[in-house]
Amino acid sequence: MKYSKKVIEHFTRPRNQGRLSSPSGVGIAGNPICGDLMKIYIKVKKDRIEDIKFETLGCASAIATSSMITQLAKGKTLSEAEKITRNDVADALEGLPMIKMHCSNLADEALHKAIENYKSKNKKAQ
Amino acid sequence: MYNKKTKRIYFDYAATTPVDKTVIDAMLPYFSQKFGNAMSIHFFGKEAEEAVDKARETLADFLHCKSDEIIFTSGATESNNLAIKGVVKSYWANPPAGGWKPHIITTAFEHHCVLETCQSLEKDGLAEVTYIKPDREGIINPLDIKKAIRKNTILVSIMYVNNEIGTLQPIEEIGKILKSYPVKSDDHGASKLKAKILFHTDATQAVNYFDCDVEKLDVDLLSLSGHKIYGPKGAGALYIKKGTPIRRITDGGDQEFSLRAGTQNVPGIVGLGKAIELVAQNAKRETKKIEKLRNYLIKKVLQEIPNSKLNGSLKFRTPANANFTFKDVEGESLLIALDMEGIACSTGSACSTGSLEPSHVLLALGMKAEEAHGSLRITLGKDTAKQEIDIFITKLKNIIKHLRKISGKVLEEYYGLK
Ligand SMILES: Cc1ncc(COP(=O)(O)O)c(C=O)c1O
Ligand code: FES
Repeated sequence: MKYSKKVIEHFTRPRNQGRLSSPSGVGIAGNPICGDLMKIYIKVKKDRIEDIKFETLGCASAIATSSMITQLAKGKTLSEAEKITRNDVADALEGLPMIKMHCSNLADEALHKAIENYKSKNKKAQ
Repeated sequence: MYNKKTKRIYFDYAATTPVDKTVIDAMLPYFSQKFGNAMSIHFFGKEAEEAVDKARETLADFLHCKSDEIIFTSGATESNNLAIKGVVKSYWANPPAGGWKPHIITTAFEHHCVLETCQSLEKDGLAEVTYIKPDREGIINPLDIKKAIRKNTILVSIMYVNNEIGTLQPIEEIGKILKSYPVKSDDHGASKLKAKILFHTDATQAVNYFDCDVEKLDVDLLSLSGHKIYGPKGAGALYIKKGTPIRRITDGGDQEFSLRAGTQNVPGIVGLGKAIELVAQNAKRETKKIEKLRNYLIKKVLQEIPNSKLNGSLKFRTPANANFTFKDVEGESLLIALDMEGIACSTGSACSTGSLEPSHVLLALGMKAEEAHGSLRITLGKDTAKQEIDIFITKLKNIIKHLRKISGKVLEEYYGLK
C-alpha cells in the first residue's frame, strides 16, 4: 500500500481544519468502533458554502479526504456541492489505495449530512 | 514514504530483525560453494548434512533437548501449523473408541498463525477449541487453563511472549499443571486410556530474552523463528519431544525425520544455528541494556504525552516491548506521520491492515475498539541507542499534537451525542 504525494500533502498540511463557531450545518460520519470519525461544519450564505471546516479522527487517508472534500466544496453552491462524489475526492487526491476507498466514502457522507442538516434546520425556520 | 534525508530509526524488532553480520558470514558458503542437498549421499550432500546436523545440535543445546527432537521448518508459522495440525492428525489416525472430537485449549491473543490454524480445524470439524482470554494486564491465568480442561482435551497451545504487547505468559506453571493430568485417582481408571495432554508453546518472541529450556518449561512442542533473532527469514524450528504423537502435514521426501518433507534450506538452517549460538552468548548482557532503554522510553512517553497509557503488564513483559494508547489519535495516521520522520513502528489499528477489526490482542485485554485503534507498538533491539529514543520522543510529541488538533473533540462529542 502506498499513498500518493497529494494524500501525504493533505495529511501533513490539512486545509480547512478546525471548527466553525456558529455553523449553518454539521455532518458526522463514521464510528469509533471502526476507528474513524469525521465531522464537517458548513457556513451557508445565499445557497453557497461560504466557509467549511472539518475535524477527523482517523487514518492518514481519512484526514486527507476530509481536507480535500472541504477544498472541493468551498465556494460551491449547495446543489453543486451535493454532486461531489467519493470518486471526485479520490481523483483529486491522485488516487487512493484500494483498501482506503471507504475513507473517501466517509468524507462524502459527512459533507452530504452537513448539507442535509442545514436544509432541515432551514425548513423548520421557515 | 520517508524523506530520504532523515536518519532512519528502526523500532519494529518484533516484526523482524536485521541479520547479524556473523550469521551472514556463516551462511554465505552454503549458497554456491557448499551448495549440496543434505539428503544426497555424495560429498556435496554430506557437507550440507554436516552443517544441518551442527545447527541441530546448537538448537538442542539451547533448548536442552536431544538433537533428533528438532525439526527445521520455514519459520514459526509452519512450526505452529505442524505442531497443532500434526497432533490432531495423529489423533484421527488412531481415534479411541467412542469417537469424540479432540479438544484444544489456546488463548484469544495468539498470533494469527495459531488462531487461524485452530479456527480451520474447527471449521473442518476436526477439533473443538477453547480460546482463553488474558486478564486486563495481558496475562493468562493458569487456573483458567485448568478449568477449561475436558475429558477430550489433547493439546494446550499458549504463546510464551505475546508479539503485540510483549507480555510474558506463565508457561512453566501451566506446564506443571498439565504434567499432573490425567488425574489418576478419582478417574475410575478411564485415564489409563488417555495420553498426557500435550503442551505447545509458540516461543517466537521469547527466544531472545527468556529461558527456553524445554525441560524446565515442561513443554512437548516449542516453535521458534530465525528472523526474530537476528537470523534469516524463512528458517525456523519445532521442538518435538520424543514420543509425542504427531503426523507430518506435508507429504514428500523423508527429510527431518520424515516429519517435514522438502529439501532443507541449508543456508537458512546454518544461519538459524548461528543466531541461536549468538543468543546463548549475548542474551543476558543485551537484555539488561535493552530493558533499561525500554523503561526510559516508557517513562518519557507517559511523562511527556498527556492522555497516554501503557498497554499490558510492565512487570511480566519482554524487555524489548512498549505498547501505548494515545487518546484521540488513530494508529495508522500516527504510523504514517512517524514513518515520514524516518521512524518505523507498528500499530494495532485496523486502518493499517485493511481489515475493519482492530487488534484482536488489545480487544482480548478488554480494551475498547477506539483504544485499540489508537495504539502504537515500539519494539527495541540490540542496536537501539538512547539518542534514538530522545529523537523519537520529540517527534512523537509534535505528531500527537498535530493529530489531536485535527481530531478536535469528535470522540467526546460523539459519545456526548449518544
Ligand atoms: C508470536 C509469533 N508467532 C509466529 C510468528 C510468525 O513467524 P514467521 O514469520 O517465522 O512465520 C510471529 C511473527 O510474525 C510471531 O510474533
Ligand atoms: S479511517 Fe480507517 S482506513 Fe481510513
